[in-house]
Amino acid sequence: MRFLPHTEDDIREMLEAIGAGSLADLFSHIPSHLKKEAPLRLPPRLSEQELLSHLSALSGSTANSESFISFLGAGCYDHFIPAAVDAISSRSEFLTSYTPYQPEVSQGVLQAIFEYQTLVCQLFEMDVANASMYDGASAAAEAVLMAGRIKRRTKAILSMALHPEYRSVIKTYCHGQMDIQEIGLTKEGLTDLLSLGRLADDTTACVVLQSPNFFGPIERLGEADAIVHRAGALFVMAVAEPISLGLLRPPGSFNADIVVGEGQPLGSPTSFGGPGLGLFATRNAHVRQMPGRIVGQTADKEGKRAFCLTLATREQHIRREKATSNICTNEGLLALRSAVYLSLMGKQGLRRLSEIILDRTELLKKRLKRIPGLSFPFNAPAFNEFVVRMKRSPEKLVTALLKKKIIPGLPLGRYYPEMKDCLLISVTEKNSPEDIEALCKALQ
Amino acid sequence: MDEPLIFERSRRGRKGYSLPEEKLKTKPQDVIPDRLLRQDIKDFPEVSELDVVRHFTHLSQRNYGVDTGFYPLGSCTMKYNPKINEEAARLRGFALSHPCQPEELSQGVLRLIFELSQFLAEIGGLDAVSLQPAAGAQGEFTGMRVIRAYHEKKGNPRAAVLIPDTAHGTNPASSRLCGYGVIQVKTTEKGVLAPEAVSQAMTEDIAGLMLTNPNTLGLFETNIKEVAEVVHSKGGLVYCDGANMNALMGIARPGDMGVDVLQFNLHKTFSTPHGGGGPGSGPVAVKKHLRRFLPVPLVVKKGTKYVLDYKLPDSIGKVKAFYGNFGVMVRAYAYIRSMGASGLKRASECAVLNARYLRERLLPYFDLPYDSPCLHECVFSDNKQKEKGVTTLDMAKRLMDYGFHPPTIYFPLVVQGALMIEPTETESRETLDEFVEAMIAIAKEAQENPEIILSAPHRTKVSRVDEVKAARELILKWKP
Repeated sequence: MRFLPHTEDDIREMLEAIGAGSLADLFSHIPSHLKKEAPLRLPPRLSEQELLSHLSALSGSTANSESFISFLGAGCYDHFIPAAVDAISSRSEFLTSYTPYQPEVSQGVLQAIFEYQTLVCQLFEMDVANASMYDGASAAAEAVLMAGRIKRRTKAILSMALHPEYRSVIKTYCHGQMDIQEIGLTKEGLTDLLSLGRLADDTTACVVLQSPNFFGPIERLGEADAIVHRAGALFVMAVAEPISLGLLRPPGSFNADIVVGEGQPLGSPTSFGGPGLGLFATRNAHVRQMPGRIVGQTADKEGKRAFCLTLATREQHIRREKATSNICTNEGLLALRSAVYLSLMGKQGLRRLSEIILDRTELLKKRLKRIPGLSFPFNAPAFNEFVVRMKRSPEKLVTALLKKKIIPGLPLGRYYPEMKDCLLISVTEKNSPEDIEALCKALQ
Repeated sequence: MDEPLIFERSRRGRKGYSLPEEKLKTKPQDVIPDRLLRQDIKDFPEVSELDVVRHFTHLSQRNYGVDTGFYPLGSCTMKYNPKINEEAARLRGFALSHPCQPEELSQGVLRLIFELSQFLAEIGGLDAVSLQPAAGAQGEFTGMRVIRAYHEKKGNPRAAVLIPDTAHGTNPASSRLCGYGVIQVKTTEKGVLAPEAVSQAMTEDIAGLMLTNPNTLGLFETNIKEVAEVVHSKGGLVYCDGANMNALMGIARPGDMGVDVLQFNLHKTFSTPHGGGGPGSGPVAVKKHLRRFLPVPLVVKKGTKYVLDYKLPDSIGKVKAFYGNFGVMVRAYAYIRSMGASGLKRASECAVLNARYLRERLLPYFDLPYDSPCLHECVFSDNKQKEKGVTTLDMAKRLMDYGFHPPTIYFPLVVQGALMIEPTETESRETLDEFVEAMIAIAKEAQENPEIILSAPHRTKVSRVDEVKAARELILKWKP
């Protein structure tokens, strides 16, 4: 067993050193009626070659963006990942390292995370970011709880255009602690700000909007800012596709108080939905209520610049039940990958990438508009996603297109029963003009 | 030598990206109003690809990993991360599949999730598993939420949870997140929970007990069955934090000890890499009667097909978008398939052998507060060295000069100056002996030359870092 170095000699000598007769002796103090006599019922072990062969078969029978043309988005986006990202993140000093609690031997990870925190702040235009949370959805949930603590209020208003899974996670986290209310959409597919104006009051801790929202449109953030702050509540913004911020005005410039997002599109693969990367940023005034780990800059004994985890008094290992969150392990390696990705892309690359995506999305929309039987319910300006209404059932369409190796998008009936006739289509730079042509031909 | 920040390497106009150069037909301002457009990403770096690669390569050289050396961190199970697992996670069908794609296109990945759930149920001795939680702490939250849902359905959510004083900080934090108060139960001088102490605290207004087995002192909770009976007799449930499962695989199962809910840490027991702070994965296993409360969806088998089952009307909902950290599940699955039942059992046996060996060899030099036989980890204190002014923290820093990552320090809280050592089974006897030599050398230095310990570390890229200054003068990002 190549992961177990102990030889029979080792075992014998070590047992002797302990004064035990056998390996079983090491467990003799465990009451025998609590021990398992029979071996675990697991399949027989596989050699490395057999294992790879078996896993390749499982992988082979799973469609992916190389075997299928896919227009799926909905909070998980397939972008091109530059080779350097994998090359760096697979370095064992990053991959196999522990949480950097001992800064003297962890300056690499600490500095990388400090840079990641900085990049998130720059992207969002916010003051301070943490070292990551699990994903956009749980980050949104923690943001709502944080707002509740800061404002000492219990109402949280969520837009129905906030990703349905984000709303579900928020409700699970806030169960019994916050009063969650939802507001609907206008005809243009935007959050109904009139409703918001009526609902937001001095019992409201926060309002959560996503932009671009789940259906694609960019929300009226300037107006939302005014309404939310007039009620004395915190403005929480969720960004499910952070690549959009190469082109779109950042949440911080709309006076967001807390910004959360999904960082998977920034250099990590879709990976059947996980791991993700919870981006989380806030204003300086709220830093002590922010959950998660934070890396700070300091100096060593000799005055050399150094980094370490800081403000640990917010965290579970110090404050236990009084902690701001229970989070411990987060998404460190994905934070590193996103730092590498954003450093490679830089300000020019991110801008150019988002322009390409916008261009391809517009191309697809233009072509689709020529196809009879399709309509576009929401016309507000959008970035990479949009909804198409169709006469035939979207589910049946998806099934029909399987044999053409095309996944046209996500039928919305599963999340919004009133939109059973709608499909959510998402475009990234990996959808070539040929892919777009193939989709349109198949929809004809 | 300092490694500059990536922003300090930035030069205007430098490019590190490669994108199609085609002329675009859409002008952003034709589609999106100006007031929604961004002018610039202020201070974002502009560097070449070589700049990025060199920069992060330098950073990696200022870091320590399991591949670099021994990581005796108690309760973290820093075992070797098999390289084949990395290759597995990169397979196209795994890495490039989308969670919303039609189920019939996802049979391979759904089967992996299903089978891994079954493996974990078998290893833990429970019935149903959710792989959705993204880390141990989220698994704890999920498990405690399930417990709350169970009580709510019976009409009284109850108000608090019993938690031993040896518990990991995430335990009370997770309970609090579910709206429960925390009542601490003291462990005995033998370092375990006594049924009497639990009996005194347990009422019909207490939702249950959260324990860890073996506990954070590395000791098997010998009274666990009796303790569970006390909790059950008052209608409560027993939660077990499975972070220490590396001591028990194939030997004993929490489900057989009266445990109702158990979370695993795939990034500990099941070899997935720690990544400098994640991603992890914290699957939750429950007894049959609690399956209905698990997060949706579960993966079930219908005939020969694998299907996402959302039909759990009593489900607590979701704790994460989609299905969990699938990329981490792949690695854990690969590990379990590589080891098989006898391999996992052998791993636990050798993990315990290694810990007992270290305990035996370090005993003459360091104070051992609890002398019951330990399992996969042992806890010492700095009592013997404190008289010379040398603390656990100082010794941890000095260990770095000997090329080792320090053990876990100042945890569990029941031991003053705790030094928690978990070697794991992937370390050879020679590595352990080298570690013991280093520890003995430090014990000697504490007596003869404490100054060299107090001023440690001397051989690392930076000397002792001023953590007080970091909290007092907050610099949490780079500014130009």
